[in-house]
Amino acid sequence: MAQLLAVLIDGLIYSSWLFIIAVGLTLIYGVMKILNIAHGSLYALGAYSAASLAGYWIRQGYPPMGSYAVMVVAAILVGLVAGPVIERGLLRFMYGKDEIVLVLVTYAVFLILEDFVKLVWGVDPYFIAQPYGLLGNFTVGDLTYPNYNLVLFGAAVFIGVVLAWVLTKTRQGKMLLAVIHDREMSAAMGINVGRVYFITFTVGAMLGALGGALTAPMISVQPGIGAETIVLAFAVVVIGGLGSLPGAALAALLVGIVRSAAVHYRPELDLFSIYLVMAVVLIMRPKGLFSAQEARKI
Amino acid sequence: MKRDPTLPILIAGSIILLALGPFLPRWAMFLINVSLCYGIVVLGMLLLMRTGVVSFGHGLYYCLGAYAAGTLDQVFKISDMAVMLVAAVIVTALASAALGLLLRKYRDIFFAMLSLAFSMILYGLLVKTSALGSSDGFNVAASKIAGITVAGTAVDRYVRYALTVVFAFIAGVFMHKYLNSHMGRLAEAIRDNELRVEYMGASVRNVIHVNYVISAVLAGIGGALAAIAVGHIDPEMAYWTTSGEFVFVGILAGTGSVLAPLLGAFIFETIRSFAYEYSPNTWQMALGITMLVVIMFLPGGLWSLFTRKRKAA
Repeated sequence: MAQLLAVLIDGLIYSSWLFIIAVGLTLIYGVMKILNIAHGSLYALGAYSAASLAGYWIRQGYPPMGSYAVMVVAAILVGLVAGPVIERGLLRFMYGKDEIVLVLVTYAVFLILEDFVKLVWGVDPYFIAQPYGLLGNFTVGDLTYPNYNLVLFGAAVFIGVVLAWVLTKTRQGKMLLAVIHDREMSAAMGINVGRVYFITFTVGAMLGALGGALTAPMISVQPGIGAETIVLAFAVVVIGGLGSLPGAALAALLVGIVRSAAVHYRPELDLFSIYLVMAVVLIMRPKGLFSAQEARKI
Repeated sequence: MKRDPTLPILIAGSIILLALGPFLPRWAMFLINVSLCYGIVVLGMLLLMRTGVVSFGHGLYYCLGAYAAGTLDQVFKISDMAVMLVAAVIVTALASAALGLLLRKYRDIFFAMLSLAFSMILYGLLVKTSALGSSDGFNVAASKIAGITVAGTAVDRYVRYALTVVFAFIAGVFMHKYLNSHMGRLAEAIRDNELRVEYMGASVRNVIHVNYVISAVLAGIGGALAAIAVGHIDPEMAYWTTSGEFVFVGILAGTGSVLAPLLGAFIFETIRSFAYEYSPNTWQMALGITMLVVIMFLPGGLWSLFTRKRKAA
């Protein structure tokens, strides 16, 4: 029983993390039909910036509680710089090309940013563990968890709710849905599609960086974390159905629980379990759990 | 019609490489060997790209071929290169025939993602299999070829090198013939318009399945040859970035000719080994920029530079 509880709690924490790293990816795909491999680099950029800025903050002797704000600000800054540069500087010349070509374009951006990170931060790992332990712990039965995990869970729920609210209840969100539904028609109706793309990509980039920033205190920030994370985000997004927000949430939950069960009962199946879920879901529902049917065109 | 120079070039190239082998310095021999292994894999990517599907998981077969060869040595104490290659072909053919049953229904991103999932499953398994060295992998000692011991002899390196050259030659000729056959020509038709191909009475799924198996077996052969040449294998071969590199070289080289992947792989490996040496932290950046330039200005890959010039002349 205690182990089952541990599986559930670990699963929920892991699901929260998965949702945070995947939500930006699914947003960008939903609107722009770009499966953005560079999302992994944005994650890495967010993690590195948060680690160095928060590290600086703490070394200066400022109140350690402020480091959370610093991490979020770091992520927003990364999104505000990298998003526009990639979208305006490159992607906007590529719209209308094949989806698979766009994947390769973002793969190229990923390669470039991987080395950019190495050039700026070097190849040695960064540690910024203080924010992880700062909030104290909570106990369930005889298990102890850092409260930071609650922050992660809260952030996931917050991001999900805000995005859902923006998409369904606001004017901007409805315009966005119109663009998703029919790009040309919404352009004809006076929606500035270019601006919608620009804003979507920037927000998506910010979410990717935020994922990295929130993860930074829990890991050693080193080269390769982007590559590791992006495939997990792919798995979540593809399982949920590309571009679907509720799909991403459900998929994160599914993958999170399955992996945590695997880690607890059959640790050797850790990574394997995630991609097994992905393969099984794709075999059962070729386009993911939540996906719209498309017409075949001649 | 002008005569197609592909076959003469393949024959001449192989003869030159075989004749030149003994005089090459060790590093050059190794470089050519490894890049031809890569080239064989990318030949398979060319076939898939011509069919209009892109696999982001061919590391699966590259790794499977290498591990089929390596496990023979590690577990069954069989260190004959010929047996290793046969094992790699059988294992990858069976695996791809089975997975192809599923993959043939998928296109575009979903084909790419499902194949990526399969390769990551293998990666996840191998990383946790301590009998096969977990994430460190293990050393492969391929000491014999068809019963004759070569390890430790003067011709050791040359035999491994020649083996790869011969296989690259066979793979190149096969692919050239195949692309000009009935099935091969259907591939491009499918890329252009699948539905029309169906209306004309050909089975799109069968063609995709067959091409998938062929490309997987080529990847397996490439993987086994790489294991024999390098002498070490690890699960990184199935990681998604390895598969990404195959796609990368395929795009870079272009699908215009079977010579393109072989040449492209050589250029790629040369750049990589020199870049590793001189600027280990910027070579991926250079690759990324090259890729963007190719996608933007040379959609047909570097190979289209040759054909364009020939048309003008």
